[in-house]
Order: sequence, then C-alpha cells, then structure tokens
Amino acid sequence: MSRRRVDPPGSALVRLRTASRRLLWSLLRPHRRALLLAVMLLLAQNLAGMAGPYLIKIGIDQGIPALTGSGRDATVLAVTAGLFALASAIEYAGKRGFMLLYGRIGQSALLDLRQRVFDHFQRLSMSFHERYTSGRMVSRLTSDMDSIAELTDGGLNELVVAALSVVSVAGVLLWLDPPLAAVTMLSFPFLLVLSRWFQLASARAYRRTRETVARLIVHFVESLDGIRAVQAFRREGRNEQIFEGANEDYRRANLTALRSIAILSPGIMLIGNVTLAVVLTYGGYRVLHGQLEIGVLTAFLLYLRRFFDPMQQLSQFYNSLQSATAALEKLADVLGRRPGVPEPPRPVALPRHRARGQLRLDNVQFGYRADQLILPALDLVVPAGQTLALVGTTGGGKTTIARLIARFYDPLDGAVSIDGVDLRHLSERDLRRSIVMVTQENYLFAGTIADNIRFGRPSASLDEIAQAAKAIGAATFIDALPDAYRTRVHRRGGRLSAGQRQLVAFARAFLADPAVLILDEATSSLDIPSERLVQRALRTIMSDRTAVVIAHRLSTVEIADRVLVLDRGRIVEDGRPTDLVAAGGRYADLHRQWLNSLG
Amino acid sequence: MGWMLALAFGATAALIAVPLVIRHLVDGPVRQREPGAIPALGALVLAFGVTEALLVFFRRWMQTASALGMETAIRHDLYRHLQRLPVAFHDQWPSGQLLSRATSDLAVLRRFLSFGLIFGIVNTTTYIAVIVLLLRLHWPLGLAVAVSAVPIIVVSKRVFSQYLTAARRMQDLQGELATLVESAAQGIRVIKAFGRHQHIGRQFAANARDLHDTAMAKTRVLASCWSKLDLIPNLTLGLMLAVGAIEVAGGRLTVGGLVAFVALQTALLWPVQSIGWIIANGQEAMTAADRVYEVLDVRPAITDRRTARAVDPATVRGRVRFERVGFAYPSAGSSPRSAVLSEVSLDIAPGETVAIVGATGSGKTSLVSLLPRTHDPTTGRVTIDDRDIRDYTLDSLRSIVGVAFEEPTLFSMSVRENLALGCHGTSHSALAEAIDIAQAGFVYDLPQGLDTRIGEQGHSLSGGQRQRLALARAVLGRPRVLVLDDPLSALDVHTEALVETALAAALRDTTAIIVVHRPSTIALAGRVALLMDGTITAVGTHSHLMATIPAYRAVLSATVGTEEAR
Ligand SMILES: Nc1ncnc2c1ncn2[C@@H]1O[C@H](COP(=O)(O)OP(=O)(O)O)[C@@H](O)[C@H]1O
Ligand SMILES: Nc1ncnc2c1ncn2[C@@H]1O[C@H](COP(=O)(O)OP(=O)(O)O)[C@@H](O)[C@H]1O
Ligand SMILES: [Mg+2]
Ligand SMILES: [Mg+2]
Repeated sequence: MSRRRVDPPGSALVRLRTASRRLLWSLLRPHRRALLLAVMLLLAQNLAGMAGPYLIKIGIDQGIPALTGSGRDATVLAVTAGLFALASAIEYAGKRGFMLLYGRIGQSALLDLRQRVFDHFQRLSMSFHERYTSGRMVSRLTSDMDSIAELTDGGLNELVVAALSVVSVAGVLLWLDPPLAAVTMLSFPFLLVLSRWFQLASARAYRRTRETVARLIVHFVESLDGIRAVQAFRREGRNEQIFEGANEDYRRANLTALRSIAILSPGIMLIGNVTLAVVLTYGGYRVLHGQLEIGVLTAFLLYLRRFFDPMQQLSQFYNSLQSATAALEKLADVLGRRPGVPEPPRPVALPRHRARGQLRLDNVQFGYRADQLILPALDLVVPAGQTLALVGTTGGGKTTIARLIARFYDPLDGAVSIDGVDLRHLSERDLRRSIVMVTQENYLFAGTIADNIRFGRPSASLDEIAQAAKAIGAATFIDALPDAYRTRVHRRGGRLSAGQRQLVAFARAFLADPAVLILDEATSSLDIPSERLVQRALRTIMSDRTAVVIAHRLSTVEIADRVLVLDRGRIVEDGRPTDLVAAGGRYADLHRQWLNSLG
Repeated sequence: MGWMLALAFGATAALIAVPLVIRHLVDGPVRQREPGAIPALGALVLAFGVTEALLVFFRRWMQTASALGMETAIRHDLYRHLQRLPVAFHDQWPSGQLLSRATSDLAVLRRFLSFGLIFGIVNTTTYIAVIVLLLRLHWPLGLAVAVSAVPIIVVSKRVFSQYLTAARRMQDLQGELATLVESAAQGIRVIKAFGRHQHIGRQFAANARDLHDTAMAKTRVLASCWSKLDLIPNLTLGLMLAVGAIEVAGGRLTVGGLVAFVALQTALLWPVQSIGWIIANGQEAMTAADRVYEVLDVRPAITDRRTARAVDPATVRGRVRFERVGFAYPSAGSSPRSAVLSEVSLDIAPGETVAIVGATGSGKTSLVSLLPRTHDPTTGRVTIDDRDIRDYTLDSLRSIVGVAFEEPTLFSMSVRENLALGCHGTSHSALAEAIDIAQAGFVYDLPQGLDTRIGEQGHSLSGGQRQRLALARAVLGRPRVLVLDDPLSALDVHTEALVETALAAALRDTTAIIVVHRPSTIALAGRVALLMDGTITAVGTHSHLMATIPAYRAVLSATVGTEEAR
C-alpha cells in the first residue's frame, strides 16, 4: 500500500480550516438562542455554586456567635442555612437543565451533520465514489463523527466556567495588589507560547489521526468483505501485515496527538506552580518590608490556584476541539465537493406526465479520463418503444453508453436526451422514474427479499411485489424459502445464489416500471431455463417501453428490434438482427459463433 | 498499572503538600519577620510544584503509551481473529458491527484505561481517607458525612442499571449505522439507478435519530445523576453546618474545629462529583469490552484438526471424492428441509475435469465451496487422494486447491498483488502464463501495466475483465485441484472461445470441477454431473446425458426448452 501524503498543501489547509469553522458555525447557528440559554443556566449554576462558600463563611462568622452569644439568636443561622439550601437547589437545577439543554443542542447538531454528510455523499457522482471508496465514507460517518461527538460531552461547560473564573480571578488579582499581579502576568508569554505550540502540533497530529484511521477502516472493511477470497488464497498473513502497518500508523498518530496534550496540561501546571513560588517569595519579602498585608498575600495565593486550575480544564477542551476540528476539516472537504453530475437548479418537466422513452445521443463524446476517449463522437436515436441491443467485444464501450443514458456520467461534449429533454435538465425524480438500469452486479441490501424488490417502487404492496417476482420467474424459488418474501438475504444478498440474486434484481426493476429499461449483462448468472423465463417476461415487458439490452448471449439479443455492433466506441453495424445475419458482417460472425457455442 | 497509581498518588501528595508549606511560610518567617527562611521555603514550594507537574507529566506520558498500546494490540488480535473466522460467520455479521468494535469500542476502552480507572481508584481512596479523618475529628459529624454515602450509592446504582442499557444500545446502533453507511456506499450504483437517495436517506435518518434518542437518554441519566451528585455533598455540608453550629453552641466543638471540618468536607466534593463520570466511563468500557469479546470468543468453526498434516502440493495426485456429502448452512437451522446438499457422491480421477450442471439455486456453488473448506460438510466427507480434506492443514489444502468464485472479488491493490494474493514470490513467467490462460492480456494495456492499482480505489474494470482476473488468480501457480464456479459467464462469445481453448490445454493434468451454465463450456469436461435440488441425479458424458436424461436436456438446451416452453 502506498503511503499518501498526509497534509494538504498550505493554502488548501487554510481553506479547509476556514471551511470547517464555517461548517461548525452553520451547525450551531440554528441553536443560538438555546445556546445562550444554556450559557445562562451555566452562569446561574456557577454563581449559586460560588455563593455556597460565602454563605458558610457568614454562618460561621456571624451565625455561630449570634447563637452562642447572650441572645441565643438562631435567626441568622437559620436564614443562612435556608439561603444555602436555596443556592444548592439552584445549582442542582442549573446543572441539570444545562446538561439536558446542551446535550440536546449537541446531539441535534450532530444529527444534522450526519444527515448532511450522508445526503451529500449520495448526491456525489459515480466517478467520485469510484475513487473515494466505501471504507473512507464509513470512516467519515463513524470515526470522524465520534471525534466531533466528544465535543458534546462537556466542552462548553469547561470553556465557560474556565473563562469565567480566569477573567474574574485576574480582575481580583489586579485589585488585590497590582505589583504581584504584574509578576503573575509574567507567566502569560510562556502560556501563550505553550498553547501556540500545542495548537500547531495537535492540529497536525489529529489530522494524521483522521487519515490513518480512514486507511485502517478501508483495509478492514475491504478484507472482511472479500473474506472468501482472502481465505481461499491464504491472504491472511499478508493482510495481517498490512493491517498491522495501518494499525501502527494509527497508534503513532494517536500517540503524538495524546502526547501533545500530555505536555500541554502538565506544562500549564508547571507554569502555574512556578508562578506560585515566585509570587510567594516576592510577596513574602514585600510583607517583610511592610508593603503588603499578610491577609492579602494569603488571599492572593489562594486565588492564584483558582486562576491556573481552570486552565487545565480549558486545555482539555482545547484538545477535544482540535480533534473535532481535524474531523470537521475532513467533512467540510466532502461537503465542499460539488456533485460532478448535478441536479439542475430549475428542472424541465417532461412533455407528458410519463416519458414516452425516445432516446437521443447527439455527438456524444466521453472518456473516464481526459487522455482516453472511450466514445469519440456518437450519434444515436432510439425511437420510443424500440428494443435496442448493443453487442461488440469487451471494452467496446457498451456499458459506457448505458451509463450515459442512465446519467451516471455526463458526456464531455454533446448531449443525451429523452423525449427531447436533455438529461441534465431533468429532475432526479423524473429521470429515475423514466430510466432504470439493471447491471450484472445487482447489489442486494441486507434486509428481506420483499424490501429488496420494493426498492424499485417503495410504495408497492406485498401483492404487487409478489406479482413482479412471478412475472420474472423468481416466485418459485422465493416461495420455496422458509420465510418466503420475508427471508433475510444477509449482507450483499449472500443468503441467495448468484442467479437468485439476479432474479430479485430483475423483479426490482420490473416493479419500477420505467419508460426506458437498460439491461447490462443482467442475466449472465442464470441457467438456461431461468434465462428463458426471464426472456419471456422481457418480451412482454419490453413491448410497451424502450429498452437497451447488452448481452453476449444472443438469445437475449434476438428479441431486439435493432442491433448495434460497437467497436472502440464507434457503431460499425446497425440494423435488424435478421438483416444483419443475412448481411454477413460482424454480427453474422458473432451469431455463428454463438450458435456453435450452443453445442 | 502500579506505576501509574504511584505517580498519581505522588502528584496528589505534592498537591496537598504545597498548601502546608505555604501555611508554614506565612505562619513562620513572614509573621516572625525572618527574611532568611523565605528563599528556602520558596524553593521548597517551587520543588513541590515542579515535582507535581513532572509526576503528572510522566504519568500521562506513560499512560498514553500503555493504553494506546493495549488498544492497538487488541485491535490487531481482533482483526487476526476475524480473518480466521469462517465465511459462515461473516455472512451473518455485518462488517459495520465488526468495524465499530474495532474502532469506537476500543477507543472507549482506551479512554477508560487512561483516565477512568486511575481516577476511580485515586478518588475512592481519597474519599475513604477523608471520611476516616472526619470521623477522627468529630465522630457524630463524621458519621453524618459517612451516612451521606448512602444516597450517593443509591443514585450511582440507578445510573448503573439505566446507563448500562443505554450505553450498550448506543454502541450497537453505531455498528448498525456503520453497516448502513457501508451498504449505501457499496450499493451506490443501484441507489443511483433507481434514484432512491431519499429512500436510503430516510433509513439513515431513522437510524441516526435512534442514535440521537439513545444519546439523549444517556444524557438524561447523566444529567439527573451528576446534578444529584453535586447536590448531595452540598446538602450534607449545609446539614453539617447547622448541626455543627448547635454543637459549637453546646460547647462540644470549637469554631476552629468546625472550620477544619468544613474545609475537609469540601475536599470530598470533587471525588463525589467525579463518581458519576467515572461510572459512566466504566460502564461504557464494560459494554464495549463485552462487545469486543462477543467476537473474540467465537471459536473458528473451520480450523486445523489435531490430526491435520501439511502436505507438499507437488506430491498430491489430485483424486477428489465427495462421499455421501450433506450440507446445510448454519444460519438456516437444522431441519432436514434446510439441507442444501444431501447424499452427494462423486469420484473424480486425478487430472479429470468434471462439469457441474444444475438449475439456479440447486446447490452448485455450495457444493464446490466445500473443497477449499469455505464451508465444512454437515455429513459425509470430501477427500483428496483418499484423505479427508480436514486432515490437511488449511494452509496446505488451500495451496492445493485453486478457486475462481462466481463473483470475482478484487481488492484495491495492484493487478500483480491481486493475482498473487497469498502466494509469495510469484515469478514473472508464472504470472504471464496465468494471464495468458485467462486471456487477461488487457492488463498490460492499463496505465501502469501490472502495477496499476485496481479495485475500489483504482482503475475500474468491466465485469468480464474482473472475471478473467479472477480466473487468472485461480490458475496461477498451477494448483493440483481447480474449482471454477461459472467462470466465463460475463465473457462475450469470442473471448469465451479463446479462454476455453487456453483452459483446455491448462487443464490437461489438473483435476478440475467447473460449474457451467452453457453447453459450450462443457466441452472442457470429460464428464458432467447433474445436480438437482442438492443431489446428483446423473453423471456421464455430455452426449450421453443429452440423449438419455430429459432433465439434463431441459437445463442445458436452449432450443429444446424454448419449444417446450411454448
Ligand atoms: N469507471 C471507469 N473508469 C475508467 N475507465 C473505465 C471505467 N469503466 C470502464 N472503463 C474503460 O472504458 C472502456 C470501455 O468499457 P465498457 O464501456 O465497460 O466496455 P464494454 O461494456 O463494451 O465491455 C474499457 O477500456 C474500460 O476499461
Ligand atoms: N449463505 C447462505 N445461507 C443460507 N442459504 C444459502 C446461502 N447461500 C446459498 N443459500 C441457499 O442455498 C441454495 C443453493 O445455493 P447455491 O449453492 O448458491 O446455488 P447455485 O450455485 O446452484 O445457483 C439456494 O437455495 C440458496 O438460497
Ligand atoms: Mg460492459
Ligand atoms: Mg452459484
């Protein structure tokens, strides 16, 4: 596995940082009122908490003398006790209220972010997904989210409390004794340098953590998904080595990140403790020389702790923030990608409610990579209702044409249109309702068979589902399963045989009932009788819709009205199957070979 | 662990020592105006302060490394274990659930090991020490404080029961979410083809909302518990103050004593408040560990027997026999109806090629998957050279048997690595030969030839191309026994003919079992076995079966079937 560079170049980094901040803000903005309320609750809780010690002091200083004095007066004590109880109650309510509110804000922001990222992933084009890999997508939506979620377990709490006490204590210190306060301020440059170092070091480390965990996840997911091949080809050992490498990289990245906080937090403590010693010594001399009251020095020393201790918490928060920011950068990067095959802002409606299914490719030019054109210039008109078969050698561009018609990609030049409307101007809904493609991959989702067929039309009833299965010849095997349509098919449909999966995929497309049906080698795993059943069904299905069929078994092609023979992205023959056989060209050759292959 | 605790206690001791020195300094030299002692005491404070910081630093530094080391080691074990668990396990466990165990759950464990555990111990110790001190200062008041532990325990217990279920549910949901994301990524073509973004998006939303609700349930438990853990010591403090005042009034306690008491009681606040956090952390760690061990505790069902021996592939002749083999998928239950294969017997001579023919779902794939022990038969046995394949070590068995699965699996790595997979040191000529047999010469035309990265992260290949690579992988290294499950289904007629010719030559002295759907491929095989509903109903040459077995004709012949169908 090649190591990819971890840090994007400087300018991109800055852009990502800004984008991640903007993302964070856009997540919090809808909650700004609630956030304000949460801060108020937090303040109430803290003020009530601070009142406690003061009330105790009054109780001891005034309540007890009053009680023990001649009057034996218990009112002061009773009142302070009452106030103390009140303060405790406010603190309790404030804390509870804050935690609930803050939890709600954090969780709904998280929910919002999850949904946004997921939806955006779904909108991005196939060419994006081909490169990004499922493992990384999983990593973004799980591990990165975990990092951000940590910010919701606390976070704000520490930030507000710490900021509050640092500021107020600093004021008190200045008010108590400016020279001593000035000595205290000497620690600031050190604090600043330390935190700046931490910011840089941890940002890099956490970014690396995100990268390495993604790599780990990609390998993990991929090797377990292909476990059959891994075991059959004894790949376990090598995989283990690769995983160990990724695991080790992740450990190192984490170690660097966690060690930077392991330096920051005792570092702040060290600065605080040294400051304390300096203040103590300097203050001691000043007291000796009568420039300072002992009481003031004592108070100063006590407050000094209250000044540095919250900084510890602040540093913890800072740490979570850095980790979350690294994750947010990754998500901002995903959210910042524009879909390569975008939905039009103002879609054009199809001329009629239901598409008739006339397809047109005008001078279509296409290549997956800029330097390699697969289709140099393709012109094609498929009248509504026609069944068109594409044949030709592997790599000729048949699948590519199918993908263009299904708008998995947009042509580099030229246009693909249905009923005279450019596909790029159609809404996603109209497009997908009109054109459906079935491929040989026919992925099934974990869930029941009924769920998978229903995928073609989510509103379909169980009855309609069963009918679709019957039409395609899948009902026999489904009915024989122990739970029939409610049989769970496991991951990727692994509970079924390959041919059964294809039948389910067919039923799914049948149920969708599109105006244009594209079949790309969709029957390759079927045995001959099943294929025959499917073909019989296809004949009925295709009679009233446009169909584009790609198959090397010419039995499927024979039911077509028209055949195109492709060679390196160009149409070399075009005509009715019987005519082409008679004409004795490429198709006739293929046909002969196929007849021979039937034995 | 011991070290960590020592360091943590050391740092706490240094923390407590500093105020003592300060008190000494203020009460001594400063009050008595003895400047000479100030530098020494100042230095002492400095020393304690630096020591505290250093001890904390060392503890964190070391703990980070050890907790991370542990996390990494468990993750490695988990992965290794997962790779050894059989396909039947992976069929039923979504990889998202496994993944969330290997990432989120292990991170929770790590956090507990680096913070929760240590502070749990340190804070409990502090709590007990302070209570003992309080009891010695003034036992009635001390007792009152000690009794305040009762509501604390009650509150904590409630958290125990409520939080545990929520934490577990949260982790399970995280696994589910990961699974969903993975299938949404892998099924993206289908989702796009049907325009079902919203449909999948809604599923995701429902799952994410569950996660949200569970997180909120957790928050509610914590909010209730943490705020109460704040309240209880506070109320105790207020009560103590009132009772203490009465005691002072009655002359049974000095004011100074009360002040000291209050001061000490304040030292209890943090340990008590932290209990809530530590419990939560600990429980999450507990459920996370449970989840991890649920997987680690699964014994691999397919392993080397004790009697298993490694065999040099070169000495294998390659006689394969299925002896009254029965098989049912573990997930399907154990009723006789659930059997996929029953009483399958088949004897294949060394070097012979046998084709398996049967309708979709008749059990062909299941049958051939027994040979590389992807699954083990439920009854009967499979032998190679008259030895039960379970008596070969897995490693040597799988080096004897080469497989091309029905669905070609490619990994995101170079073509070369994809072909070699577990075979180390594959020679260039062996690679070239395998590519030749599979007619996969297109790989030379890829941008970086054999070093082009393919699979998910690399160059996309068409179905036919993938299938040919899978075939090349199977024949690479010339295994003695070759299992090809519908190896040519995605090829066009022309390419298929070329592959067949090349394969025929390659198969000459290899024992081969080929699952086929098309008559053309059958030419490769000397004999054909017809599989119907999990039993072999006929074995013979193609022409013989064609002539005598109508069922066979129905499965294989396009023309006859079409006529019958009409
Ligand atoms: N996603 C892709 N990225 C890059 N190249 C591709 C991709 N899909 C196909 N190709 C290449 O485009 C060419 C045409 O492929 P394809 O349309 O699948 O052919 P066919 O379906 O006729 O076999 C082939 O050379 C193939 O390797
Ligand atoms: N992992 C599995 N768990 C349970 N049942 C399965 C599993 N895989 C296949 N089956 C069932 O076993 C039967 C035989 O499947 P398979 O061997 O794949 O058939 P074939 O390869 O002949 O088409 C089918 O009915 C299928 O539903
Ligand atoms: Mg194709
Ligand atoms: Mg099969």
